[in-house]
Amino acid sequence: MKKLVIAAVAALVLGGTAYADTIKVGVIGPFSGPFALQGKNFKAGIDAYMALNGNKVGDDTVEVVYRDVPQADPAQSKALAQELIVKEKVQYLAGFYFTPDAMAVTPILKQGNVPMVIMNAATSAIVTKSPLVVRTSFTTWQTSTPIAKVAFDSGVKKVISVVSDYGPGIDAENAFKAGFEKAGGQVVEAIRMPLATNDFSPIMQRIKDSGAQGVFAFLPSGPTTLGFVKAYNENGLKAAGIKFFAPGDLTQESDLPALGDAALGIQTTFHYAVSHDSPENKAFVDAATKAIGNKAELSFPAVSAYDGMYVIYKMIEATGGKQDAQKAVDAVKGLSWVSPRGPVFIDPESRHITQNIYLREVAKAGDGTYINKEVQTFEKQGDPGLEAAK
Amino acid sequence: MQTVFSIAVDALAYGMVLFVISIGLSVTMGLMRVVNLAHGAFAMIGGYVASYVARDLGLGYTVAIVAAVAATIIIAIPIERFLYRRIYGAPELTQVLMTIGITFCVIGIANYLMGPTLKTIPLAEALQGSADLGFRTIPVHRLFAIVCGLAVALGLWFVIDRTSFGVKLRASVDNAAMAAALGVRTEIIYAVSFGVAVGLAALGGVVGAELLPVEPYYALRYMVTFLVVVSVGGAGSIPGALIACLLLGAIDTTGRYLMPEFGEFFFYLAVIAIICIFPRGLAGRAK
Repeated sequence: MKKLVIAAVAALVLGGTAYADTIKVGVIGPFSGPFALQGKNFKAGIDAYMALNGNKVGDDTVEVVYRDVPQADPAQSKALAQELIVKEKVQYLAGFYFTPDAMAVTPILKQGNVPMVIMNAATSAIVTKSPLVVRTSFTTWQTSTPIAKVAFDSGVKKVISVVSDYGPGIDAENAFKAGFEKAGGQVVEAIRMPLATNDFSPIMQRIKDSGAQGVFAFLPSGPTTLGFVKAYNENGLKAAGIKFFAPGDLTQESDLPALGDAALGIQTTFHYAVSHDSPENKAFVDAATKAIGNKAELSFPAVSAYDGMYVIYKMIEATGGKQDAQKAVDAVKGLSWVSPRGPVFIDPESRHITQNIYLREVAKAGDGTYINKEVQTFEKQGDPGLEAAK
Repeated sequence: MQTVFSIAVDALAYGMVLFVISIGLSVTMGLMRVVNLAHGAFAMIGGYVASYVARDLGLGYTVAIVAAVAATIIIAIPIERFLYRRIYGAPELTQVLMTIGITFCVIGIANYLMGPTLKTIPLAEALQGSADLGFRTIPVHRLFAIVCGLAVALGLWFVIDRTSFGVKLRASVDNAAMAAALGVRTEIIYAVSFGVAVGLAALGGVVGAELLPVEPYYALRYMVTFLVVVSVGGAGSIPGALIACLLLGAIDTTGRYLMPEFGEFFFYLAVIAIICIFPRGLAGRAK
């Protein structure tokens, strides 16, 4: 009798689970170390999406598995991706803060039958490395091209470009140069500074001596941007009327409290500002703030992660929970929706996100916090970097 | 010509900031023979305390500096008593392993308590803005850093070369057993010098914060630079460290102005050249 009951219960339980699967999503990002804040934003975006939309797609339960790559480390990233595919049996890979980490994983996607949703890595070429890559973040080309137009329209004809000497910095330099020269301006000098630069005074002197009317700058978000913006103010460049142009990496929201008044009035172009005014963004910011714990720490990787989860949910829906990477990717080609950052769509050809790029100005909000205030919208911007690479 | 002066001023300011932050490490490494890789961690603790006092409590810059130095020393006392005292005279590898371990712990704790974002230290009214030097402007806090550097150099030189404490310290370093036999209480001498070194680290962390902003990875990010300064100057030598800072500051600043794309090439080229010619640093003593 007892055995029968057990068998009956077992049958019920097993019968119940046979239809509903757990679908695992492996997320690789920097969750410890100097870039932990960005990884924290990934997690906040993902948590926010799952809090608002539940963890079920149809009958399937979505489970996220996190793996930590503290700094750009392609070998480690690849090893963890393999572990996720083979041992954890994930159906989707997502995250990837650094380009090299994403590049290292693209060759194994096909064999693993796993699509990859990039939530940050911003070098144009990644999407060309495998047909199973979809990107919901931005590229440096995408965010740096509109600022060239802004610079030219503001009456500046001669600009000096100053970038950190690494991949995205060089992308930014090329993007700005291409855009600015097309508009009819001239880049008088292009300086590449080492990533480890602490003292920017000599660079500022160089900018002054170049006779340019404006400076285009790109540095990775974090400690160095603080020194750069301060040096710009303190060495009298601001007072001398040399205008400052940059993509939004320099004024990411989590750095703004530290930059303080020094950053006021700086104009940058970017795909997302936490202050973006829309009902979608309000819901997102509320949920993400709850997930991250402190609103001051919320910045752009969170929104890419949020949209990344949207794409993954759509993929699961389209494949009915079966593992079929190509079908999943095909299902989201051309997908368009309203993201917290505004209307977006996945370009069917490049699988990169087409989105609005906003011109923003650092301003003080009513409650004394600093925000990126959107002042102009460049609609439906694709990725000019892919064109340029051809 | 104006550009040359400009670079000279920048070089002097950068060199002095380096000096203020690194000199404490020179004291621990040269006088106490401890390879203290946790030096950056103590500088960072100083920066965090100053930021908390000046920004969150709103108590002003001067109070912040005093509080930072005091609090960092208080935190360092138990660390010295229970951890560092075991590694005085131990092989370098043991010292490196333990101090790097302390550094990682401090990074983790800082990240947990203060969060991963940048922390700033609001400057006193008088230190904000720029001063006009005639041919260019320079931020006032850079001038303040130069003054701090000179004051620290002079003060340390006086204590070590001209006071009885300095005599006992040098005696304990050269031969601890003999100094103890002559009635010098070496543990106290060591504890006090360690406190001074940590206090200087904290001071450097606060004064240098405009250039090297405070965040959890501060403790490791700038450690190489500090070590380079100490090894080029010669561990334990104050004039040596001063000359090294000014020299390296000048090379780094000039290189960055003329050929930024070469990065830190000239900086490290100079380091290699100096170490080849003076293996113990510019003013290092033979063991």
